Amino acid sequence: MSEDRTSEAQEPLDVLRLTGAKARGKRPYFFDDPDVERVLAITMAVAGELAVLRQRLDTIEELLETRGAVTRADIEAFEPDPAHAERRGRWYQEYLARILRIVQQESEALDRGDEPTSEEAGARLGKE
Amino acid sequence: MLPETTHDQAERYNFLSHLNRHLAARVLPGVERAYRNEVAPRFQARRGREPADRHEARRALEGHSLYRTWSALRRNTMEMRQQAGLSVVLPQLPALVERARRTVPAGKLQLNDAVRTPRYLTAVDHHCMPGSYYAERVARDVSGAANYDSGLFVTTGGLLGRFADGGGHGMVAFVRKLRPGFAPRRILDLGCGLGHNVLPVAAAFPDARVTAVDVAAPMLRYGAARAASLGVGNVEFVQADATDLGQFEDASFDWVQSIMFLHETSLAALRRIMGESRRLVAPGGLVTHVEQPRYGVAMPFFEQAMRDWDALYNNEPFWTKLHEIDLDGLLVAAGFDRECLIHAGVYAIADNGGFPDAESEDVEDYGRKPAWRISGAQVPA
Ligand SMILES: C[S@@+](CC[C@H](N)C(=O)[O-])C[C@H]1O[C@@H](n2cnc3c(N)ncnc32)[C@H](O)[C@@H]1O
Repeated sequence: MSEDRTSEAQEPLDVLRLTGAKARGKRPYFFDDPDVERVLAITMAVAGELAVLRQRLDTIEELLETRGAVTRADIEAFEPDPAHAERRGRWYQEYLARILRIVQQESEALDRGDEPTSEEAGARLGKE
Repeated sequence: MLPETTHDQAERYNFLSHLNRHLAARVLPGVERAYRNEVAPRFQARRGREPADRHEARRALEGHSLYRTWSALRRNTMEMRQQAGLSVVLPQLPALVERARRTVPAGKLQLNDAVRTPRYLTAVDHHCMPGSYYAERVARDVSGAANYDSGLFVTTGGLLGRFADGGGHGMVAFVRKLRPGFAPRRILDLGCGLGHNVLPVAAAFPDARVTAVDVAAPMLRYGAARAASLGVGNVEFVQADATDLGQFEDASFDWVQSIMFLHETSLAALRRIMGESRRLVAPGGLVTHVEQPRYGVAMPFFEQAMRDWDALYNNEPFWTKLHEIDLDGLLVAAGFDRECLIHAGVYAIADNGGFPDAESEDVEDYGRKPAWRISGAQVPA
């Protein structure tokens, strides 16, 4: 039993590469076309970054409103109070509902049975 | 020990936990309806019968675009969570390594270079964690553990409490009820990880000497430092393989337990773990292994198929097999008397310390619900 491995001379870590490294194991693809899945992954990553930016802006607005000035250190130290955290949480839910609207609508369509298209409805209306 | 997060890093986690919540609360119910309204009727029409098992149900689901969309989003969210966690941990890794080294009290961390990483851990990286539990990215590495700890709430959504120890609290409550006055002197926790659930057990039995074993050194280094920083002084973190604990004498523990460990092993390992549990427990002692509920006849194939998602798409390869295994049979084969077996359910007791409960809505996210089963035995004195 050793207390710990002896440290060897260390190469600096390639942090950027390691951060996005692939996990071991073949990746499953769910869509027939992997290109579609790649675009979805990129879109969701952008959606995530936009959300981060939006919350940063919210932090800045809050700090400006309460203190009249803002420093980077203030932003880093900022903790929303419970009511504010809840507002931000609600914003996330609304935001995601907007981004994933089509998924919601496709899921609602499941309960609507066979709905007519507007073209079909129009054809019928012309005959009535 | 938790790594520090910048404003934006914390928001990346928040985005992902809200996305997970949205997928569970708003998208998943659609998948269930898709199964009921379209997938199952189509299966019936084509085959003239219902799906005969969860695999057929799942393959049928895979043809539905809503299931595919939900799955693609979920898999991607897992990957984003890993990147988010590593982007928090790796830039501050030297400081974390140093903090862990300074915080671990003498004698509370015993590493052993001779312990080999089991093949079932190296085959795929569990839950898509690049480097899994055991990677040594730097000397005295703690990065895998720090990443696990830092972003855990993104997938558990607060259901396990702010210290992710709801399972441990649940076990303490269970054991207190099962055996009022039980005062174990030595407790063994198998596959302790970074010790989330063993700490409440140790804190509940402060006079016990607790040995927590794991094969992965980064988990143990971080875990030993974390225990010290949370003021729990009676746990020693030992690098050892739970399938081969020859360094401990027969009957040397009053309570042998594991929490959410077995599903990350293999059938061969499981048999040996049960064997070691039997060998190591003292007369009059207790053995408990906490796991997800078994896929029983009462569980619909749709639910079973959904619970298999992590096994197939989130790198939990043994998960699906474990949930059909008769653990009682394995316990009996390991030498426990059938009359002494324990069957019980246990719920996480989540301490959210006054923090707003992220998941107060009643949301079913298969395989993440903190309601588990206990398999084990009370050994006659
Ligand atoms: C899901 S984690 C355990 C979680 C932990 N029990 C808790 O309550 O937080 C699984 C752990 O089992 C460890 N492990 C896997 N096979 C093992 C073995 N044969 N012996 C000891 N530890 C093992 C892994 O390194 C990993 O840390």
